[in-house]
Order: sequence, then C-alpha cells, then structure tokens
Amino acid sequence: MTQPRKLTKWLVVLVLLHGIVVAAGFFAPYDPIEQDREHPYFPPMHIHTIDAHGHLHVRPFFYPLRLREGSFDQYEEDTTTTVPLIFFDRGARYHLLSFIPFRLHLFGTAGARIYLLGSDAYGRDQLSRILYGGQVSLLAGLLGAGVTLFLGALVGMAAGYYGGWRDELLMRFAELFLALPWLYLLFALRAFLPLAVSPLEAFLLVVVVIGMVGWARPARLVRGVVLSVKERDFVRAARGFGASNIYLLRRHILPETASVLFTQAAILVPQFVLAEMTLSFLGLGVPEPMSSWGNLLATLQQYNVLVSYWWMYLPALAIVPFFLGYLSLASALQERTSPYKIEEKTSWNLS
Amino acid sequence: MKKDRPSLRRRFPLSLLLACAFAMALPVRGFPHPQQTKPTEEPLVLPGEIGRSGGRLVISLRAEPKTLNPLTAADAPSREVIGAMQADLVHINRATQLTEPALAKSWKISPDGLQYTLTLRQGLRFSDGHPLDADDVLFTFHVYLDENVHATQRDQLIVGGKPITVRKLDAQTLIFQFAKPYGAEERLFDGFAILPRHLLEKPYQEGKLGQLWTPSTLPNQWAGLGPFRLKEYVAGQKLVLERNPYYWKTDTKGKRLPYLDELVFLFVPSADAQVLRFQSGETDLITRLGAENFSVLSRQQRGYTMADAGPGLEYNFLFFNLNDPGEKSSSDLVRKRKWGRDVKFRQAVSAAIDRDAIVRLVYQGRGAALWGPVTPGNRRWVNAAIPHTPRSLDRARALLKEAGFSWSASANGESTLVDSDGTPVEFTILTSSSNADRTKMATLIQDDLKQLGMHVQVVPLEFRSLIDRVTQTKEYDACLLGLASFDADPTPDLNVWLSSGGTHLWNPSQSHPATPWEAEIDRLMEQQLATSGFDQRKKLYDRVQEILAENQPMIFLASPDILVGAKNSIANFRPAVLEPYALWNVEQLYFRNAAENPNR
Repeated sequence: MTQPRKLTKWLVVLVLLHGIVVAAGFFAPYDPIEQDREHPYFPPMHIHTIDAHGHLHVRPFFYPLRLREGSFDQYEEDTTTTVPLIFFDRGARYHLLSFIPFRLHLFGTAGARIYLLGSDAYGRDQLSRILYGGQVSLLAGLLGAGVTLFLGALVGMAAGYYGGWRDELLMRFAELFLALPWLYLLFALRAFLPLAVSPLEAFLLVVVVIGMVGWARPARLVRGVVLSVKERDFVRAARGFGASNIYLLRRHILPETASVLFTQAAILVPQFVLAEMTLSFLGLGVPEPMSSWGNLLATLQQYNVLVSYWWMYLPALAIVPFFLGYLSLASALQERTSPYKIEEKTSWNLS
Repeated sequence: MKKDRPSLRRRFPLSLLLACAFAMALPVRGFPHPQQTKPTEEPLVLPGEIGRSGGRLVISLRAEPKTLNPLTAADAPSREVIGAMQADLVHINRATQLTEPALAKSWKISPDGLQYTLTLRQGLRFSDGHPLDADDVLFTFHVYLDENVHATQRDQLIVGGKPITVRKLDAQTLIFQFAKPYGAEERLFDGFAILPRHLLEKPYQEGKLGQLWTPSTLPNQWAGLGPFRLKEYVAGQKLVLERNPYYWKTDTKGKRLPYLDELVFLFVPSADAQVLRFQSGETDLITRLGAENFSVLSRQQRGYTMADAGPGLEYNFLFFNLNDPGEKSSSDLVRKRKWGRDVKFRQAVSAAIDRDAIVRLVYQGRGAALWGPVTPGNRRWVNAAIPHTPRSLDRARALLKEAGFSWSASANGESTLVDSDGTPVEFTILTSSSNADRTKMATLIQDDLKQLGMHVQVVPLEFRSLIDRVTQTKEYDACLLGLASFDADPTPDLNVWLSSGGTHLWNPSQSHPATPWEAEIDRLMEQQLATSGFDQRKKLYDRVQEILAENQPMIFLASPDILVGAKNSIANFRPAVLEPYALWNVEQLYFRNAAENPNR
C-alpha cells in the first residue's frame, strides 16, 4: 500500500471512531447517569435471532435476566418472554454535540432495559457510560495534546532560533520539567484547590495539568529541527533580504517543523488519554456521576469487583482501537516524513 | 527509674515470683487442671460445648495496636487486642447484651441506687501468677480517675458531676459510691480492665503510666486477667498472645479455659488483603467484612463458614451543618445554612432518600434501613413505634413547597429547586474517602435529590480532614458519616445527643442548646442517666428517638449487618453484633481436630 493511502485509511478509521464517541447520545441506548436500582451489576446480555423454541425472529431480541434460583447474584435468561430491539428508537433526551436536542437512538427496547455491556453498581448502562466517558477522555487527550504542542513549539522554536543563553535557560528548564514526579505534583496541586470542583473545572484542571506536564519533549524535538532549518540556504537568503525574526519563524521555520509536530500529536493524544485515565482512576478526574474511561475503571480497585464482575474491565478495551489508530497514524506520518527509511520501518509497522 | 536502689528491695521478690510463674506455666499446659483441687479458687463456669485444647488461632488486624495499655487505648485494633488480654469486674455478654458476673462474682445495689457492693471471686491470679485482691481494684479505679493519667474512660466514672469513690470493705469486697443514681447501673464496669498493682504502682508514682505497655513491652513486664497473655511482638507483622494459665473461667467439665494455646494477630492493612489472607487459609477467622467481600467469600466457600449476625450498632446518617453561621460569613454561606436549618427541608430530604436502595445496592441486602439512631441490632432499646415512612417524592415536594421553595425550569428541560430568594439549591456532601460504602450512599442520595431539583456534589475527603472540618472549622454544607456505639445502651452515645457533647456532630460543643428540641433531648438524656429501672429509662430514650426522627438533625440511612467468617474447623463460633463480634467468646473457641490446624 502506498503511503498516502495508508495515511488516509488510518485517518478514516480515526474519524469514524471519534464520530461514534461524539455522537455518543445516538449510539448509547440510555442516559449514562440514569440509575436502575433494581439491576445492579447485571451481566452483559446476548442478542438473539433464534429463540428457545428454534423459531427465527425477524427482529433481533433479547431475554430479560432473572436471578438464578438459590443464588443472590447469579443471573440467567428468562426464556418465557422475548424483548425485541427497536432500531432508531425515540428514547431518553440528549444533546448532540452538547447543544442540539435530540431523542433518536440507534436502538432501544420497549419494557425491560437492555445491558449489552452489563451494568455497574448503580444499575447504570455500561455501554452508555463507555461512550459518554470517551467524550471526556478523548477531549482531554486532544486538548491536552494541543496545549502541549503549542507550548512545545513555542519554547522549542524560541530556544532553537535565538540560541545562546536563551537556549540554555529554556532547555535546562525543560529538563527540570522532565525530571518532575508529576503525579505527586498533581496530588499536591489538587490539595490546594477548593473542596468541591464542578465537573467542568475538574475537566479543565485535568487538561491543563496534562498539557503543562508534557511540553518538554516536543520542545526538544522542535528545537532540533529549528537548529538545522535556520542554517538552511533559503532561510539565510530570506534573512539576507531583510526578513524579520517573526516572519522567518512563521513563514519558513514553522512549516518545516509541521511534520514533527503532527507525528508528535499522533503519539501524544493516546498518551494523554492514558494520562487522563490514570488521573481519573486515582480520583483526580471528573467527579461522579459523570463518567470517563478512567473513573469507569476505578471500581476495579475493589477486590470484590475484580473477581466478580468481569464486564467492569470492558472500559479498558475501549481504548484499544483508538490507540491502534493513533499509533498507526503516527507511523504512517513518520514514514512520509522520512522516505529513506521505508524498508526499515515496514518490518515492524502496525499495519 | 533513676532511683534504682530503694526499688531493688521491692523488685526482688517480684522477679522471684515471675520466675515461679514461668516455672509453673510449663506443667500447666501439659496437665489441664493442676490447681483444681485448691479449695479457695472460685472459677466462673461457662456453659457451652466442651472443646479440646491446643491450636493456634490466626486473625488479621486492620492496623497495629498503638498500645496495650487499657488506660490510653482509643483505636479499634488496640481495643480488640486488649479485649483478649484483660478482664473487667462485670462483663456484658455480647450475645445476650445483658450483664454477667466476671471478676466480681456478685454485686448488690443499695435501694437508693447510690452504693454498689461488689464481691470479688476468690483465689484469682494475674497472668504472671500474682494473686488479685481488692487493693488491685482500688488501685485500678484510682488510676482511671487520676486526671494526670488522661485515661480515655475517665468521663464514664464521673456520675452526676462527681467522680465515683471506691472503698475496700475487706479483701474480697468493694464499695462504689455514686453521687447520683446511674441509669446503666453495673454496665458501667464493662471495659474497665483491672490492672496489676504489683507491676504498675511504681510507674504510676513516677508518672510514667501513660507511656507504659506498648506492644513492644517485654512479656514479663506485663500482666492481665484476660484469657491470653503477651508472648511476642514483631513490629509491622504480628502480635502473638499465649494462653493465660491462670485464667479464671472453666468449662462445665472443670477444664480451665481458654482452649487455644495461642492467638496471633497479623497486621494486614487493607480489607481486601484481609479477605485474600482468609481465602488462602492464612487466617482462621475474619470479622468486620464488607457486604461485597462477604458475598465473594460466600460464593466460593472452601472449608469455611460465613455468618451474617444481623444488623450491628453502626448507624449511618446524613447531616446538615446546623452551626450558627456567624455574622462575618458571606451571604452565600448564610443562605446555604438557612436551608439545612429548616426542619421541613431536612424532612423533605429524608423523604426523598431511597433507603431500601441503599440497603440493596450498598449492603447487597445485608443491612437494615434506619429511621432513627437505634438499629434493630440493639434489640432492647430500639423504639419500634418510630414510623418507617417509605420514600415519597410527592411528600418531599409538598414539604419543600411549605418551606417556601419552588421550582424553575431550566433550558435543558430539567427543573431546578430554588429557595424563596430565587437561589438554586446546590450543596456538597462530604464523605470519608476511605469508606467506599458511604461514598456509594452519597452517590445514591445525589441521584435521589436530583429528582427534587437539588444539585448535590459528593466530595470524598480523607477522614481526618473531614472530622476537622465538621468539628473544628465547621466549613461544610452536609456530611455523611457513621457512628457505632460499643454497648447496647444509650449511655455510650451521650456525647452525640447532648448539645454540649463533642460528637454532637451537626452543632458540636454548644454552651446552650440552640433549639428547644435539643434542650428537650438534653433533659431526657440527663434524666435517663439518673433513672434506674429499664422500663423507665426506655420510655425516656424512646422519646429521644422520636424527637430525633421528627427533627432529623441526622437523617438516618442504614445499618450494615455484622458479617464474619471462620474456618469450619473452628467450634463454638457464635458471632455477636457487639464488638469484638466473633472474638467475644475467644476463650471458648477451639479447633475440632488437630489435623486441620497445622502449626504454621
């Protein structure tokens, strides 16, 4: 496969994946914070097309679950009633892109609730929570990567272009940042903040923190590129014609760093999604009842959940396609920018 | 300690005695009843299954005991260990919740309720072989009452504003004089471990008693009257107790208790780790289990029995900050306080809370919903007349309307509760971050109150800073906490209900009761304290429960069951709902056969 096609392929995959998360309200059958107190820790249900008597149904359906006799948390399918799935159902209200009011869902049911990926301790639908949680985690990752790259490009270009003591100062500062135990720093930072932070504040805090923490590495990379670019003939020529520093940086040097920045972005986004998950897992992210991939996993800190309810691990799987997409995109981007290394690269390419 | 010379004389016979004690300890283990022929000893004969001797019982403790000193022990691990090492004059039977003779074989209360005459058992010995007499008891109560010792239980010995006085009538008889009648009567004596005067008198005179008896104390520096005595302490790992060969209880066949040779406390910091240790057979008994871990253990039972002893004495509740906001505070704060101070608002919150869901989701059904502070586990004192009003959002809305609240529809179709000034009702609930159960309750309440249009945030805080906020700085809106009384009697909770009490959480340490109903509770609690006779006291305490249920300074939520587990090989396992749950009859626990208890 040629490089541009590979690049487009992964871009399309990523756009699709993000599209699902952005339109979480449509794909999720229920409101993610709606509790169904009769059904805590319901296992994932199966969708059938052939019922217990061997009859084929046109509409896929599921059997509601009931407690297995003599047990207190084991469920079995109640094959006496079938609940058909309704596609393009009008269900709970939600806001598409958080401002367009909508009621249409990909699927829904009449009567019993369906838990395709099980339910949590409060009977909330795990599938809906994973989809909505993705909005928080991915947005935090993207914004965090944006902040990081912006800071990194700024510092890297300044250090590389101006050189001398400014370079020394900025790079030593960057090294200091690399050496910081940022998780502990974050705990300390959180202790200074007011008791109750609203979900939005908590989210912004997470974004700012992960954005501030990671800028040192891209800054170093950008500095390296700038160091070599500023000695290139066309830059020297432009300077000879009297171009100002700002013009040179903007017009000639920044475009040269673009490929590094894009590759970095593709690497950083999943890293920062992971960082958000770590923070939420430790209780520093968005507060309950909002979900994010990290705080969905936080229940696994309890031993009983760990051994009893396997579907609570599923949020961890949600990140896999995103990681695969971003990292393949990164390697495709890298191949494009360093054409001489194609042979070498393809041997371990993820695609 | 510096003046070594004069003490030598006193110490010499003592060390001789200790040597004798250890010499005697060996044969005792081989022959179960060497001293039974002694006519003077009056052991307490316990009914129950006859066991076989030997074996080592291993249990885990959540933390290391801070001290083995009954005078200063305040933490649960210390109390649990001390409970197995010490004995009191009169003991509360954890199963029947009634008093039983212990070191005192009998007691008499004078008709005016002011004078208690206790007769000690004869021929009792401390775990080092030193005999016990009335002087030890005299010394013990003298020490507990000494202000310089700072004994944690001292307050309980101040009855009617005056400390009780103790007098010795003869070597076996003591008279306790009270300034006023004491309602709980002889229950007072439970928990006052009788101390060995021969070991502690000198440190007491030197003023070092408070620092004495840490876990690392040498076994020969320590003596008690409990079923077990100190053997070995490994910092950070375990505390090993061995059978007290002089223990004063026997079974019906006259065999001296306890049956077990050793009792080992392992220090296992987290509840989950304790479950894993129990599952792997490393520990023999597990107490203080959460409902979820209980169901994990019940599901995969392998050689152990799980027991649900029913609701304990722990009550969980939500309370609003009812402290007077003061003149300097911001108008925002004053407004928030105003909501909570309105009884209708509190009643509305209470009506909106789905207690059944709390019991089902938080305790997996292993608990009881509460409408008052006394749990069903406290069988004698619970006021059955308190209505168990089911959840009703309509009633909650009606109450809020009466209190001047109204609803405004916001842009996204949700209605928001606003007060008479038009401010939306938003507040935070603090919980302790280390307690997953309470955080879960708060999350459920958050959802319940959302249906009333209230916007609630749950803030889990580290326990110490939570308590600091509630009792010191008083900067909070509402808080979800739990309390557990250690005795099935109203007296231990005095500090919670009296408006002057430090644990009167919603408005602690008041100089004057802030509301008429708090004044009435004060009066009733004082009155029940000075009344003797259960029926009279019950009537008074029932009224206290009614007032609390009506005014809802605490919105009572639920009480968890006491959940325990033990290996099948352990016999006489009869868990109770009072602390120490499964260890209250530790002297009677035994292993059914030796093969099942390999010496680890």
